[in-house]
Amino acid sequence: MTSTLIAKGVTKRFGGLVAVNNLDFEIPEKSISSIIGPNGAGKTTFFNCITGFYNPEEGTILFDGHEIQGLAPDRVTRLGASRTYQNIRLFANMTAIENVLVGQHPQMKNGFFDAVFRTPRFNREEKAAVEEARRLLRFVGLRGMGDTLARNLPYGAQRRLEIARALANKPKLLLLDEPTAGMNPNETGELTAFIRDLRDTLGITILLIEHDMRVVMGISEQITVLDYGSKIAEGKPTDIQSNPSVIEAYLGRGAASGLKSAKQTTKEPS
Amino acid sequence: MAVETLSKTKAPSAVPATMDFNWKTAGRIGFIGGILAVLVSVIGMVETFDGRDIIGGVISMGQTVVVALIFATAFMAADRSSKTSPLFHILGGGLSGLISAVMLALFVWVSQLVNLREIFVNVSPSLIAILTFDKELPAELSAAVIQLLLTGLVLGVVAGVLRAAPIKIRNIIFSGMLWVVAIGLLGELIRTLVTGRAIEDQVAWVLGGRLEKGLSVNGAVSIFIFASLLSFISQTFGARIGKEVQTRRAALPATTQRILNGVILLVVFLVLWQLPQYLGLYLSDVANTVGLYILMGLGLNIVVGFAGLLDLGYVAFFAIGAYVMGVATSSAVGDGRGQILFSLNWTFWEALPLAILVALFAGILLGIPVLKMRGDYLAIVTLGFGEIIRIMALSDYLKPNIGGAQGIVGIQPIILAGQNLSNPISLFHVVLIACVIVGFVAWRLRDSRVGRAWKAIREDEDVAAAMGINLVSTKLLAFGAGAAFSGLAGAIFASKLTSIQPGSFSFIVSINILALIIIGGMGSIPGVLVGALALVALPELLREFAEFRLLVYGVVLVMMMLYKPEGLLPEETHKAELHEDENIPAESHA
Amino acid sequence: MLKRLRERISLTDVFMWAVGAFLLYIIIRGSIATLVLGKYSARQWFDIAVSGLAQGSIYALIALGYTLVYGVLRMINFAHSEVFMGGAFTGYFAADYLNQIGQLQSQPVLSLLIVFTVSILTSVGISVLLERIAYRPLRRAPRLVPLITAIGASFVLQYVFRGFFGSQFKSYPEVDALQGNFTLMGDFTIGKIEVLVIISAAVLMLVLYTYVQRTKTGKAMRAVSEDKDVAALMGINVDAIIVRTFMLGAAMAGAAGVLYALMFRNVQFFMGFFPGIKAFTAAVLGGIGNIPGAMLGGIFLGLFESIGPSLFLDGLGIPAPYQMKDAIAFTMLVLVLIFRPTGILGERLATKKA
Repeated sequence: MTSTLIAKGVTKRFGGLVAVNNLDFEIPEKSISSIIGPNGAGKTTFFNCITGFYNPEEGTILFDGHEIQGLAPDRVTRLGASRTYQNIRLFANMTAIENVLVGQHPQMKNGFFDAVFRTPRFNREEKAAVEEARRLLRFVGLRGMGDTLARNLPYGAQRRLEIARALANKPKLLLLDEPTAGMNPNETGELTAFIRDLRDTLGITILLIEHDMRVVMGISEQITVLDYGSKIAEGKPTDIQSNPSVIEAYLGRGAASGLKSAKQTTKEPS
Repeated sequence: MAVETLSKTKAPSAVPATMDFNWKTAGRIGFIGGILAVLVSVIGMVETFDGRDIIGGVISMGQTVVVALIFATAFMAADRSSKTSPLFHILGGGLSGLISAVMLALFVWVSQLVNLREIFVNVSPSLIAILTFDKELPAELSAAVIQLLLTGLVLGVVAGVLRAAPIKIRNIIFSGMLWVVAIGLLGELIRTLVTGRAIEDQVAWVLGGRLEKGLSVNGAVSIFIFASLLSFISQTFGARIGKEVQTRRAALPATTQRILNGVILLVVFLVLWQLPQYLGLYLSDVANTVGLYILMGLGLNIVVGFAGLLDLGYVAFFAIGAYVMGVATSSAVGDGRGQILFSLNWTFWEALPLAILVALFAGILLGIPVLKMRGDYLAIVTLGFGEIIRIMALSDYLKPNIGGAQGIVGIQPIILAGQNLSNPISLFHVVLIACVIVGFVAWRLRDSRVGRAWKAIREDEDVAAAMGINLVSTKLLAFGAGAAFSGLAGAIFASKLTSIQPGSFSFIVSINILALIIIGGMGSIPGVLVGALALVALPELLREFAEFRLLVYGVVLVMMMLYKPEGLLPEETHKAELHEDENIPAESHA
Repeated sequence: MLKRLRERISLTDVFMWAVGAFLLYIIIRGSIATLVLGKYSARQWFDIAVSGLAQGSIYALIALGYTLVYGVLRMINFAHSEVFMGGAFTGYFAADYLNQIGQLQSQPVLSLLIVFTVSILTSVGISVLLERIAYRPLRRAPRLVPLITAIGASFVLQYVFRGFFGSQFKSYPEVDALQGNFTLMGDFTIGKIEVLVIISAAVLMLVLYTYVQRTKTGKAMRAVSEDKDVAALMGINVDAIIVRTFMLGAAMAGAAGVLYALMFRNVQFFMGFFPGIKAFTAAVLGGIGNIPGAMLGGIFLGLFESIGPSLFLDGLGIPAPYQMKDAIAFTMLVLVLIFRPTGILGERLATKKA
C-alpha cells in the first residue's frame, strides 16, 4: 500500500519549546487516520507544518511524491492537501456559497481581464463553479443556505460548511482539526458517518485530530498518539486502548497500573 | 452607571412600574449636550456658520448647529428617561434641554467675567451676541440668560413631545424639519442655478430673492408642509408601492431585467452628461473635484474595502499620476528661477497611459514590502511611503526634475480634436467617462474569482492562503489596480489645473478618501458615490465648512466606527445560490 | 536542489533583500565619502550627536505611550501624538502666564515643575477621555476598527485644539536659566536645554520602568498584556488597568510635550503628527510592547536621523540633505518592519496562526 503522506524526523521549535520532536509519521492512501494526545501535545502544530503555516526546522514531509516542508500554504493546497480548523475559521462576511467558491480558487483560471470583459471562459468557468458549489452544499446538507452569510449560520452548519469549502479544493488529503468539537452526540454521530462516507465515495485520505475517543476509536484505521511533541504510540484502535504509555500520558503516572479502569475511559479528561 | 444605581435603589421598594422616570440619565445626557454646544461655540463653528441663514432673519446655520445639538441630545434623553410614560419622556427631554442651556448660560456668564479670548481665540463678542440673541451685555445679561434657559427648555420639551408622539407623526415632522434645513443650506446654490431661468421668480418666493440670505418665512413653512406631506405619502403607500415594483420586476425574465437595468443606467448617464450645461462653471468645477475623489475612492475601495489592506499612503499614487503627467507634458520644467531645464511637450493622450502605468507599477513596487505585514503595521508603513513620496517631491534633490517646492507649471490641458477640454464643463465629460470606466471595472471585479479572493484575504488571510490563494499576486493586484485608478485621477487633476505643487498631495487627501469610503460603506461601490457627495461636494458648496472639514472627517470616522461600521450603504451580498428554478425555503433542509 | 530552493524563496523576498542591500550600500558609500572629504569637524559631529540624543529622548518618551497601550490592547493608539500635542499646548499657556508674572525667570525650577504638571494633567485627561469614548466600546472589534477610530480621534483633537487656540505657531517663552552652554573639554559644548531634556527623560523613563516592574499596578499591567481574560479571572480589574496604562503613557507624552517645546520653542495644533509617527517608529524599532525597547528605539532613531543626513547623504552630493530627515525615519521604519518585524529587543514570538 502506498502512503499519501510520509513525514520523517519533523521537528518544530518555538524558542526553547520543542512543539514537535523528531516525528516520523505515515498515512496510508485512502485511510482514515487520527492523531490524539493531551492538550499542547503538538497536534495542531504538526498540522500547521503539513499545511505550510509553519516551516519545520528539521525533517522532510513528503506528500504525494512532493517535498512540501517550507512550502507556502497556497502551494501545499494546490498539491492537494486541504484542511479545516479547530476554532471554525470561515470567511464570516461572505455567503456560504462564496466560501465554497473561494475553495475552488486553485482550479479556476480566469483572471483580471476575464473578469472585466466577461470572456466566454469566465462565463463558462463561473457557471461550472457555481454548479459545483451548489452540489457541494447539497452534499454536506446545506441546501438552501447558500446565500446566508457564513457568520449567520448555526454552529453545526458552520462546521459542515468548512468541510464543504475544504472539499472544494478537490483534496487528496483532508485534514480535519477537531471536527466534532462543540457538537452534541447526535451531530457527532452524523458527522462521523459523513467522514467515513467521504473516504468511501470520494476516495479522500483523511487525517483527524480529535478529542472525542468514541469518534477516534470508531472510525480510525490508524491512530498516532503524541505527547510533548513526540510520538509515544501508533497502531490500530485496539492496540492504542491497551497501550500503557498512552494511558500514562492521559491520566498521569500511576494510572498506568490500573489498566482496567482506563479501558473504560472513552473521553479524554480535560 | 446611573441606570444601575437607580434600578438598584428602586428594586426593593414597591414603586409602581409606571414611575420609571430616569432623571439622572436625562440630566447626564443634557450635560453632554451642553458640553458639545459650548465646544462647537468655543472652536468657532457657531460664529463661522453664522454667515449663512437657514431662514432669513430667523435662524442662522450657526444657531442651527447649537439648536440641533441641544435638540438631539434632549431627544435621546427623552428616549432613555422612561420606557412607558409619555409624560416622563417630555419631562426628561425638558430637563435635558434645560441643563444644556444652563451650560451655555454658564459659558456666557464666564465670558463676561474673564477675558476668555486671550486663550480661546474664537470666543469673540459676536459669538456671545449670537448665543444671547443680540442682547446688550452686560446690562441685559439676566434677560439673556433667562431667554437662553427658556429656549433650551422649550427645545427639550418639544423633543420630548416628539418622542412621546406616535412614530409616524414623529417621522413626518422630522423629515419636514430636515428638508427645511437642507434646502436652507443649499438655498444660495439653488438660487444661482435658476438665475436667468423661467422659474426664477417662483424659486425666489420660496428661497428668498437673490440678495437675501436664507429661506423666506413662507418658503420655510411651505417646504415644511410639502416635505411632511411627501413623507406622509411615502410612509403610507411607499412600502406597498416599493414591494409591488420589486415583485413585478422579479417576475420579469432575467434578460428583460438586464435590459431594464441597462436602460436605467443609460438614462442616468445621459442626464449626467447634460448636467454641466445647467450647473454652470463653478458647480461643474465642484462636480469635477467630486469626480476625481470618486475615482480615487473607487481605487482605494478595492484596496481597503475589497482586500482589507488599510492603505494610508494612497495619495502617493495620485501624486505619481499627476507628476508623470506634469513632467511629460509641461512646456517648462523649471528650476523655479525662470530657467527652463527641459520640456518633453507630450500631449495629454500620450502621457495618460504612461501616468497610469507608472502609478500601477509604483503600486506594485510599494506593495511588495508590506505583503507580510499585519493590518495596523501596514497602515503606518503605507503612511510612511506617502510621506516619503511627498518629501521627495519637495526636496531640492529632485528639484531639477520635478520642480521642488514650486512644483510644475505649464502642464498641457486636455486637447481632443483641436478642442480644449480642460474647462470645467468639458472636463466634466472626461471625468464622467473615467468614473464610468473605473466603476465598471470595479463592479465587474467584485463578483469574480479575483474579487472573491480579495474578500477572502480581507476576512482571514491565513485561511485564504490555505484555500490555495496566492497572497502575493492577489494582494499586488489589489495594490496595482487601486494605484492605477488613483494615477488616472492624478493625471486628470494635473491637466485640470495645468500646474501642481507638492502641497496638494498631503496625508490629508488620503484621510479624505478613506473617510469617504468608510461613510459610504467599505467594499460598497455606490457607497463611494454617497461618501464623495457627502464629504467632498458638501464642504465645497458650503465654504464656511472648509475650516472644519477635517474635524468633521474625524468625527465621521469615529462615529461610523462606533455606531455603523458597515457604512451608510453597506456592501450588498451577491446572491448566487438561489435561482428562480429552485426557490426552496431554507428550513426544510436545516 | 535548485528546484527546492526556487519553490521556497519567492521573487519578492529577493527583491526586498536587493533593496536592503542597495540602501546599505548607499549608507556605507555615503558615509565613507563624507568622512574622507572631512566635511565636518569632530565638534560638529558632537553637536549633531547631542541634538540627536536629546531629540531621541523625546521620541523615547512618546514611544513609551505607544508601546504601553500596544502591550495591553494590541492597538496602535494613533491619537497618542495628539495627547503629546495637547500637553505641549496647555504647557505653553502655563509657561506664558508664569512668564508674564515674572515667575518663570525668578523661580525657574518651580515654574517648570508647574508647567510640567499642567501639561501632564492635560495629557492624562485627554487620554482618559479618548479611552473612554473612542476605544473602550471597541475592545472586541476587528483590528482595523480601533485603528480607524484612533485616526479619526486624532483629527478631532487636532482641529478642536485649532479651534480653541488658532492655527498660528505660538512661541514658548525662553527660560533664562536654560540659555547657554556647558563647556566640556576644549570646545566641546553642550546646550543646557539639551542636558535638561536628556536628564529629565532618563529620570522619567527610570521611574516608569520601576513602576511597571515593581508596583502591584505594574504587575497587573503586565498580566493584562499577557492575557486579558486570564488576568480578569485572577481578579484584576482589566478596565481599570487599561485606563492606568493610558494614563501612564499620556503622562510621559505630556512631559515630552514640554521638553519638545523647550527645545524647539514652538507649539501648534499639527505639531504632534511627525513626532508621533517617529515615536511609533521608535517603538517598533525597539520591539513594540517592550518598554526598554521603546527607550532604546527612540534614542537610536533620534541619533540616526540627526546624524544620517550629514553622514551619508551629504557625502553623495545630495543638496540640502536635511530635508530628507523625515524620509530617513520612515525608510528606517519600513526596513525594520521588513527585516526584523519584532524589533531590536522584541523576542521572536510564536504567532499562533491556526
